Amino acid sequence: MQIMMENIYKAFGTNQVLTGVDFELEAGEVHALMGENGAGKSTMMNVLTGLHSRDKGTITIDGKETYFKNPKEAEQFGITFIHQELNIWPDMTVLENLFIGKELKNSFGLLRTKEMKALAKKQFDRLAVNISLDKEAGSCSVGEQQMIEIAKALMTDAKVIIMDEPTAALTEREISKLFEVIASLKKEGVSIVYISHRMEEIFTICDRITVMRDGKTVDTKAIPETNFDEVVRKMVGRELTDRFPKRNPTPGDTVLQVKGLTKKGKFEDVCFSVKAGEIVGVSGLMGAGRTEIMRAIFGLDPIDKGEIWLNGEKVTIKSPEQAVKSGIGFITEDRKDEGLILDFSIKDNMVLPTLSSFAPKGIINEKDESDFVQMLIKRLTVKTESAEIAVGKLSGGNQQKVVIAKWVGIGPKILILDEPTRGVDVGAKREIYQLMNELTDRGVAIIMVSSELPEILGMSDRILVVHEGKVTGELMKEDASQEKIMTLATGGQ
Amino acid sequence: MNSMNAGVKPTKTTMMNTITQKLGPFLGLILLIVIVSVLNPSFLEPLNILNLLRQVSINALIAFGMTFVILTGGIDLSVGAILALSSALTAGMIVSGVDPILAIFIGCILGGLMGIVNGLFITKGKMAPFIVTLATMTIFRGLTLVYTGGNPITGLGENELFQLFGRGYFLGIPVPAITMMITFIVLYIVLHKTPFGRKTYAIGGNEKAALISGIKVPRVKVMIYGLSGMLAALAGAILTSRLNSAQPTAGTSYELDAIAAVVLGGTSLAGGKGRIVGTLIGALIIGTLNNGLNLLGVSSFYQMVVKGIVILFAVLLDRKK
Repeated sequence: MQIMMENIYKAFGTNQVLTGVDFELEAGEVHALMGENGAGKSTMMNVLTGLHSRDKGTITIDGKETYFKNPKEAEQFGITFIHQELNIWPDMTVLENLFIGKELKNSFGLLRTKEMKALAKKQFDRLAVNISLDKEAGSCSVGEQQMIEIAKALMTDAKVIIMDEPTAALTEREISKLFEVIASLKKEGVSIVYISHRMEEIFTICDRITVMRDGKTVDTKAIPETNFDEVVRKMVGRELTDRFPKRNPTPGDTVLQVKGLTKKGKFEDVCFSVKAGEIVGVSGLMGAGRTEIMRAIFGLDPIDKGEIWLNGEKVTIKSPEQAVKSGIGFITEDRKDEGLILDFSIKDNMVLPTLSSFAPKGIINEKDESDFVQMLIKRLTVKTESAEIAVGKLSGGNQQKVVIAKWVGIGPKILILDEPTRGVDVGAKREIYQLMNELTDRGVAIIMVSSELPEILGMSDRILVVHEGKVTGELMKEDASQEKIMTLATGGQ
Repeated sequence: MNSMNAGVKPTKTTMMNTITQKLGPFLGLILLIVIVSVLNPSFLEPLNILNLLRQVSINALIAFGMTFVILTGGIDLSVGAILALSSALTAGMIVSGVDPILAIFIGCILGGLMGIVNGLFITKGKMAPFIVTLATMTIFRGLTLVYTGGNPITGLGENELFQLFGRGYFLGIPVPAITMMITFIVLYIVLHKTPFGRKTYAIGGNEKAALISGIKVPRVKVMIYGLSGMLAALAGAILTSRLNSAQPTAGTSYELDAIAAVVLGGTSLAGGKGRIVGTLIGALIIGTLNNGLNLLGVSSFYQMVVKGIVILFAVLLDRKK
């Protein structure tokens, strides 16, 4: 299938999102679509698949002008969009999820379960995945859920699959499997539109790249004819000197010490320490127990054994409230589910952990509160006209800044960041890194959990590697390499 | 996803939306008052208005507590039963010689404790508020029948202060209406000007995010169910004073009127969104309907039908926005 989108315009109210976009997709190519959050990538694909109608422009498919009324129509035509937020019904089985809305029925209207199972099995074999069809989809890992979505797309005989940030939640192993699948799909003549923020991946698997900025296509190039720096420059419209800003760490005293932390079935005998002004990176595969360890330190989940020492004093942290009082901040990996109240304004989100400090006499001093919020907005360069806007309306990068601001506001001694730049564009990423550096300069101890190896290597002073709930290694920045980390993360020596 | 990185502006349409959202229930009330007073001008007579305020006060007090509960995403079905049980206990104390005002005070504390029981099952027991309060509704109602033997408690004496509480006037205004307004002002401040109020909204908006932000979610919830119980008991004291007796079946289905007032006031049953002013207006809408339909001589059977239709359409309009 060959697709041509020409001079597409789309506005939402007064917000002009697409201003003359061109996009071209050949049969059997993997085409990367890059751009900062809000550049219009998803909107463009939503216009293609009929979720949004276009205001202007033409879409030609295989030489014929074609417009879809809704995504279902596009799907029947062979174009499937796998969204970043997965469409999974967590309480239904994997099989039910695969066939939702297109169940096979016999003449009595009853389900033909056997046939559906056989079909599903065939797709899973093709993808070389091994997920039980009777399992509840909600109990599958995010990676598995992603595979379910891909299998679903393949079952509709898709000729074009659009993937929005498919690897954001996958482990390295799952990613390499996904790449194999993409390669074999390509051989079968399926084209892939690959939306991602991860440069390494794009240069590994894509044939061409289209860069978007501010609702326009900036350029389309064959991958061998371009490089990282050029892409980033085109994306942000300016030079980014380098991805990870320089810093001069001057670690102080040990702030946090974890001794023998154990929770059955999750993690075991975890020991590590963090100094003031230091960034400790925590690496490992998805499901290795990294997040669970952080949740336990923050008092969200109880532990079976082990000790936590803060500034040389043994403490028991039984609730997040105690953790916050001890000066620990926790930026969770899922900002929409755990980090933010999406309907609430920027202001109301930012002051959540510090509410009581604005009400020494019981009544909130709204002037103090709004001064404080303005200060944080400025300091974190949150791009917004007003502090009263609902955070749900902000871009991913700005949302993440609001979460971080919330914790910067408590004047933290220890900051735990779990996947701090997931779904965040290059420009905002760098600003977040810079902010982390600023915080460490002022003596904050940072623990950064990340699945992105370049980020771990670029930002950490020290790297802990977790494998199946155990710390399998500790590497100093100088000694660390992707290979060493991966070996430790997969249980090798 | 579609928001531009360059910052978001509040557009005209969203401003209009928030205005209609905030004024919607109020405009509804005005419209209702206009209709009723055109059909029967005596509705607007000061005496009738004061009467209406007194009638509204009991439902409004319960609905204020319900507002907090619903803002956290919960529900409290037990308020009617708490009202009955605390009234019976209060009346029992008065009959056995406890000072009536002290008895009302103790009754409110007991109502608060009953609410706290709800809160503890909901937070510590991790049970759904609907289930817990459905069960305690039955339990409290049953205990009321056990305690009263199914008969009203009468012989509450001639204490003037006590009689004033439900029947009296102060500066020409019914005392229950004054109680309602004072409670409203206090709760308005609590909800909109204190950390406790913000936490209430935060829990309803996203409980996980609230917990991770260091908010003591269980404690706030227990306090809110306690508040709901206490306000139900306060409403019960007004009712007891007005009837000069405690009825074992008092407060039956009051929880539904309270929920209706909250919903009419624009508060979302999903939690996190709504205002207590809306609840006051919602209670006034229900009160105006009852009062107006009575004045118009509509039978109480039809009144129920009309009330239900108004609720359906009010919420339908709210959805349309």
